[in-house]
Amino acid sequence: MNRARRGRALGLVLAAGVTMTTAACGGAQESESVAGGPVTITVNGLPAATDEFNRAHFEADVKAFEAKYPNIKIDAKEGLMDPQTFSAKLAGGQLEDVFYVYLTDAQNLIAKRQVSDISTQLAGFPVTKDYKPGLMKVFSDAAGKVYGLPDENYSLGLIYNRKLYQRAGLDVNKPPVTWAEVREHAKKISALGKDIVGYGDYSKSNTGGWHFTAEVYSIGGDVAVKDGDTWKAAFNDDKGRQVLQQLKDMRFTDDSMGKRQLLEYDDLIKLMATDKLGLYVGSTGDMSNIVNQFKGTFADYGLGPIPDGKGTLGGGSGYMFKAGLSPEKIKAGLTWLTFKKNPDRIASDNKNAAAKGLPVGLPEPNVWSGASEQKLIEATKQYANIPSENFAPFAAATATIPLKLEPPNAQQVYAALDPVMQKVLTDPSADIGQLLTDAEKQVNQILSSVK
Amino acid sequence: MAVITASRAHRGPNRLRRRIGDNLQAYLFLAAGLASFALFSWYPLVKGVILSFQQDNLVVPPYWVGLDNFRALFADPLFFTAWRNTLEFTGLALVFGYAVPFVVAMVINEFRHLKGYFRIAVYLPVMLPPIVSVLLWQYFYDPGSGLFNSVLESLHLPTSDWTQSPKMAMISLVLVSTWSNMGGATIMYLAGLSTIPSELYEAAELDGASVWQRVRHVTLPQMRFVLLVLLLLQIIATMQVFVEPYQLTGTTNEETITVMVLIYRYAFTVNNDFGLAAAMSVLLFVVLAAFSAVYLRLTRNAD
Repeated sequence: MNRARRGRALGLVLAAGVTMTTAACGGAQESESVAGGPVTITVNGLPAATDEFNRAHFEADVKAFEAKYPNIKIDAKEGLMDPQTFSAKLAGGQLEDVFYVYLTDAQNLIAKRQVSDISTQLAGFPVTKDYKPGLMKVFSDAAGKVYGLPDENYSLGLIYNRKLYQRAGLDVNKPPVTWAEVREHAKKISALGKDIVGYGDYSKSNTGGWHFTAEVYSIGGDVAVKDGDTWKAAFNDDKGRQVLQQLKDMRFTDDSMGKRQLLEYDDLIKLMATDKLGLYVGSTGDMSNIVNQFKGTFADYGLGPIPDGKGTLGGGSGYMFKAGLSPEKIKAGLTWLTFKKNPDRIASDNKNAAAKGLPVGLPEPNVWSGASEQKLIEATKQYANIPSENFAPFAAATATIPLKLEPPNAQQVYAALDPVMQKVLTDPSADIGQLLTDAEKQVNQILSSVK
Repeated sequence: MAVITASRAHRGPNRLRRRIGDNLQAYLFLAAGLASFALFSWYPLVKGVILSFQQDNLVVPPYWVGLDNFRALFADPLFFTAWRNTLEFTGLALVFGYAVPFVVAMVINEFRHLKGYFRIAVYLPVMLPPIVSVLLWQYFYDPGSGLFNSVLESLHLPTSDWTQSPKMAMISLVLVSTWSNMGGATIMYLAGLSTIPSELYEAAELDGASVWQRVRHVTLPQMRFVLLVLLLLQIIATMQVFVEPYQLTGTTNEETITVMVLIYRYAFTVNNDFGLAAAMSVLLFVVLAAFSAVYLRLTRNAD
């Protein structure tokens, strides 16, 4: 009875949640104009109080910024992009003026007209011309209008556990460079014990589709291609089948992927940090999580290139400006973003981080090109403090492996591909051809709305 | 006639005023309740129906799209998958969740000692927040080192992949749901059982009725009404299953995606389309309203 009531309450809450959103969304257009007067902008990205160093650093930045630009006040909020609360914040007028997004969200927000065009004001900030053009495209529409700026960028490689490599008698400095080698290494590592997983992969909360895409890219395949003016699915081919067949073989023939599946982002990080996992596809950001959240040490983990290396998925984050923002606020927001992320201050940021023992020099693809990129390279070299040999295989390959951006409507495409990964990793009789055909239909439907 | 009308007219407002005056306090209390219902139930309900015919990006004012949202629903293969799964869950939940509490209630009712203890033990899971129950069972179900497989292995019995197995996924969800929900139903059955006059059982025993015959000819007919009401309540509750599939198998698992999970997916994760989610909510509302109408009719007749 209680549950019956609770169930109905959930239904109502959901209905209310869906419906109340409309109630609050009337006048979103910014009416106030503050010509000449002080402008206050709300921004997010303020680190949590538990992350002492980064929070203090952020707050010091706000102080220095307000001293330099007395006409702009920064109202900083905690949090990054949470897709589940984003809509509610937008509807309730609580969304920050300048807000954090993942690269996969940008095009969707532009298409839904939930962000402001910043092209006019951008001309006043020449440093933004040094952002990599490919990344700027993510924040632009088909007509070339710009709606946001990139902040960070990652590319996927292969994270491996050096302790388990040693125990399995594998060379700790030679992570696999092909998928065939991944299979061999995983077999040896999983032979170490019942609870040790050789190779791990995702299949829940859109991360399955994300990794399937990365793995298809790695062997030179594609997930979506442009066909004239529209996009269409491109994974229902030999490459798509190859990726799934290898996973199925590793899971059921070799038994090197462990029994527990339906894993999502944190699961593999936890397994790696607790020395229960040999290998998985990940980025330098995961390495930082392993070290920061689980108190691991960088020396125990290594990063190799994405196997086969025909292409690697690149993603990242940036900041966008909420719809209906006044030109003054857009200008203030751009002033803040270019103050906070500026090639001229990388050296001093690195110096501070190194002094606190935080990692400097993780080999990540960066957002800059030209002179700004040179400044970054110099400043990184000067203060790098992590065992670079652990990342050498990844860093060496970065220059030669092409970086491929995610497909349009990436999160929706990933959601449609999740069941494919789930089925292959949980059902020994999964029909790979049928799974790909079914997913292709769904992805084509999702892509049909992309211009 | 005119005199009578005049006198009635004279008496009418006075009576009304007096009646209002007498019950003023009650009306004030009622007003607070009505306002709450209006604001938190009826208004969102009406807005939800309106939204199902609209497209809304939460920035510019919403605009009408006619039946487009409903057409999009019927074009989505997941729509039918979700309904099929929901009906499967409801069906399985009736097999397990409906019969098990009744049997448990009858067994507890037979105990002469420790009846109170068992009543509490059965009801305890209801007090856990649903997500906690589900997380607990997630550990039990772990096909690697989970409790269930460890026990099965130690008894040399075949193990299962539980939520990960396409065949067992839905049953696994129903088991969690049954465990965490059966307390409420059991207590209601126990209450119903306690109202059956013991003379009926004594008479049956004197006539030489077996245990099964007593259940069949005394307990079941006497409990018919409680059983029917709980059946309807259970259908209404289980058709809204959300937490179990959301946490245990995710929002993209086609074997277990339910109507509520699909609504959530439409609104908040994959589609970010509130119109579509509202359209699906309206359909669910219509189905549940039909069951609720039967329930109300039954309980009203009983009064």
